[in-house]
Amino acid sequence: MNKNLYSLTAHELAVGLNKKEIKSEDIYSALDGRIKESDPKVNAYLRPSKGLSSGGDRITSGIPVAIKDNICTKGFHTQCCSKILEGFIPPYDATVIKRIKESGHSCLELKTNMDEFAFGSSTENSSQGPTHNPWDLNCVPGGSSGGSAAAVASDEAIWALGSDTGGSIRQPASFCGVVGLKPTYGRVSRFGLIAFASSLDQIGPITKDVYDNALLLNIISGYDPNDSTSINLPVPDYTRALGKDVKGLKVGVPKEYFIEGLDPEVKAAVEEAINTLRKMGVEFKEVSLRHTEYAVPVYYIIATAEASSNLARFDGVQYGFRSKDANLIDMYKKTRGEGFGEEAKRRIILGTFALSHGYYDAYYLRALKVRTLIKEDFDILFKELDCILTPTSPTAAFKIGEKVKDPLKMYLSDIYTISANLAGIPGISLPCGLTKNGLPIGLQILAPHFQEEKIFSLAYAYEQNTDWHKLKPKLT
Amino acid sequence: MSKYEAVIGLEVHLHLSTKTKAFCGCSTEFGKEANSQTCPVCLGLPGSLPVFNGTALDYAIKVALALNCKVQEYTKFDRKNYFYPDLPKGYQISQYDLPLSLDGFLNIETEGSLKRIGITRVHMEEDAGKLVHENDGSLVDFNRAGVPLLEIVSQPDINSPEEAYQYLSTLKSIIEYLDVSDCDMEKGSLRCDANISLRPLGESKLGVKTELKNMNSFKGVKDALSYEIKRQAQLLESGEILTQETRLWDAKELKTISMRTKEGAKDYRYFPEPDLPPFIITDAKIEEIRKSIPELPHEKASRFVESYGLLEYDAKILVASKKDALFAEECFNAYPGKDKKLIVNWFIGPLMAEANNRNLSISGLNISSAYLIELLGFLSRNEISNLTAKSVLSDMIDTAEAPGKIIKSKNLVQISDGQALKEIMEEVIGENQKSVTDYKSGKENALMFLVGQLMRKSQGKANPKIARELLKERLNA
Repeated sequence: MNKNLYSLTAHELAVGLNKKEIKSEDIYSALDGRIKESDPKVNAYLRPSKGLSSGGDRITSGIPVAIKDNICTKGFHTQCCSKILEGFIPPYDATVIKRIKESGHSCLELKTNMDEFAFGSSTENSSQGPTHNPWDLNCVPGGSSGGSAAAVASDEAIWALGSDTGGSIRQPASFCGVVGLKPTYGRVSRFGLIAFASSLDQIGPITKDVYDNALLLNIISGYDPNDSTSINLPVPDYTRALGKDVKGLKVGVPKEYFIEGLDPEVKAAVEEAINTLRKMGVEFKEVSLRHTEYAVPVYYIIATAEASSNLARFDGVQYGFRSKDANLIDMYKKTRGEGFGEEAKRRIILGTFALSHGYYDAYYLRALKVRTLIKEDFDILFKELDCILTPTSPTAAFKIGEKVKDPLKMYLSDIYTISANLAGIPGISLPCGLTKNGLPIGLQILAPHFQEEKIFSLAYAYEQNTDWHKLKPKLT
Repeated sequence: MSKYEAVIGLEVHLHLSTKTKAFCGCSTEFGKEANSQTCPVCLGLPGSLPVFNGTALDYAIKVALALNCKVQEYTKFDRKNYFYPDLPKGYQISQYDLPLSLDGFLNIETEGSLKRIGITRVHMEEDAGKLVHENDGSLVDFNRAGVPLLEIVSQPDINSPEEAYQYLSTLKSIIEYLDVSDCDMEKGSLRCDANISLRPLGESKLGVKTELKNMNSFKGVKDALSYEIKRQAQLLESGEILTQETRLWDAKELKTISMRTKEGAKDYRYFPEPDLPPFIITDAKIEEIRKSIPELPHEKASRFVESYGLLEYDAKILVASKKDALFAEECFNAYPGKDKKLIVNWFIGPLMAEANNRNLSISGLNISSAYLIELLGFLSRNEISNLTAKSVLSDMIDTAEAPGKIIKSKNLVQISDGQALKEIMEEVIGENQKSVTDYKSGKENALMFLVGQLMRKSQGKANPKIARELLKERLNA
């Protein structure tokens, strides 16, 4: 192994580990050096100055996974990049963390940066400062799992976990030129994932290529008795879907996704990807997802409603930040007023409003009904289709500060990813091009519930015929 | 008061006595060290998720069926959102628009007849923690957080504090029979809030209601309602318009105090709990649980009347407590005689008195059916007097010794021997000449006095029947 270990994929490193040419410690020290060198520019990690070698009982085994700051890791900080969870150290591991450890791998003690409580599409809403896109440090990495995506893209991590509520894995994967999968709702346990919107959240892998993605999904998937919304279905070996012939696969391209607002460069790249796959025998068909235009409003009602309730526990009573005040009501107000950032407050207020007496029927209940319609749109199409293919985001990465003052514009950055969360179906983003300015473009593939294998087959076939995933950012 | 009719509805919160909490594996045991029975789930730590306890569901269905409710096929949990330091998640998992069960009833005894009180719904939820106030601040004990609760909501069919008391007693009795809760108001495992309004007799429109909270005994509920009826009647009499409000019962001052008015009412922003999928309760499950419901108090009372020839009135008193009823039935079966009247009288009389004095239940007195039957044997054979029997009972409870042994060691056998009695009688006659004269001049009461004196002189051991016969014979001679 003559290359820098940090630049390899997990499946490449696994070969070295199996042949005993390298040790897990070697990967750790390679990453440690890489983080010290590169993270001052990228800011993918929280408290990077701590380094990787601190901590006496550090377990170095297998290939370490970088963990988003909203996934509970026993004994070390988990604070959703929010001031309100300052100092919170979970007494337990999330189920995904347990599974990683049980599989013989380990987790980095540094957590990855994110938008506070996963509220955002740019990783700018973080109490730890923004993460920079490794392809252009003046640009955002996407969000909310921007830290995980940027860490993988900049070789500061081999592979990582993110969470996706409305695109928070796929959109940053797209912006950073890596592979990110949101699994089917119920495929991966949410136990230990600090909830944003419980009916939409899923944890998923962010990796350098499709192979690693399938490997990491193998590890974290499966029924968990601690999560009543996880589904008790057997977990296939997802790597067996890689290399399957895609000839004759029926793929839909929804016309509602190719409209005004879609960057011509992104459009061209996706069309080029369609051509590549068509040459391999994939059959494409224009389809319609009729309720697409309602996805963003429906999402922002349901997600904020659930968030307003999920974030009620951050009241300064038991853990995290507490503003000193003798009076209980003032303590609540000051703790939450000082502890939450702007976007968190905005969403709590939106959600509280949507659930309020007299507005519930018009907003929340109606949103639930339209959510069902959106799900039915997919169900109908998937009777005849294997997959649906779309751009991941209407544009490539935008500049830091460009949309932060305009929440509506920011919300539209997830316009192509939100529907999959509302429908509960799996979706992947993988690199399919670069803009003139050298920013990555992402291709999204969606599949029916629990048909991640179809996604992997198609994504892998595409990846094997292109070189986009092999490009490395220059960190400038 | 007769100008107004009280309209009362009760909301009862009941702890289910499952071993573990509603949504995690922590123990529900009462009285443990603060926060020793907690985990990330019941502490509401970030990232934790609830998993519903199947036993709590079984218990809940059992109660719903025993209260004649229709158990719903499709049900779900909802979040009730509000801030309070004892509420670790900032919301309570409860049920809102699709509760476990609807539309039941409970029959209560009122002025000798049965009255049906409708039950609107029985639904499941979780308890909150408990605040402990200290000088320099307040602490929270989360041992109770997440303990499964049932909320049992009655229709406003109750029209007096007495009926409310009867409703609660009957409900408690049924729950005890089901063995799904210890129904202890002092431990907080049964709590009751009341809604009450007044309306002029004959009026069908409801008046403005008050919600009463903070009652910690059935008597407290009754007293608070009585107070509230008077308070509201006075206001109505003076022409004032009532405001809808929540009032707290102050058990020391014996009055209700306003807590908040409707304007200050909370908006709980209920919405479906996304962490717990809705669930289906199958008919098969309902039938299985229905079969596990034991004989309920009213059924047992009917059977006591039929099988043991009890009076309906006596039977109802006997069945109020399941354990006491089981003990009574054990005694009926152990008692050789066909007529169980003596046992019934002793249960309702001396045993109940002893139990009340000692603040125990009858079964809690811990006397065996064999000893009780033995005691009643001495009594029915006239070997001891009723008075002696009661004192032997008391000794039995204190010492756990056999009645025969107590009677023997204390030399309590009744004096039925004519010669011995005659000697005492002569002394009594000698000391009470006036009564003798009175009797002879036709005052029958004087004889009773003389019997009483004779009993006293014999230290209660004289057989009163024989003593009376002997006295009568002697004085009439």
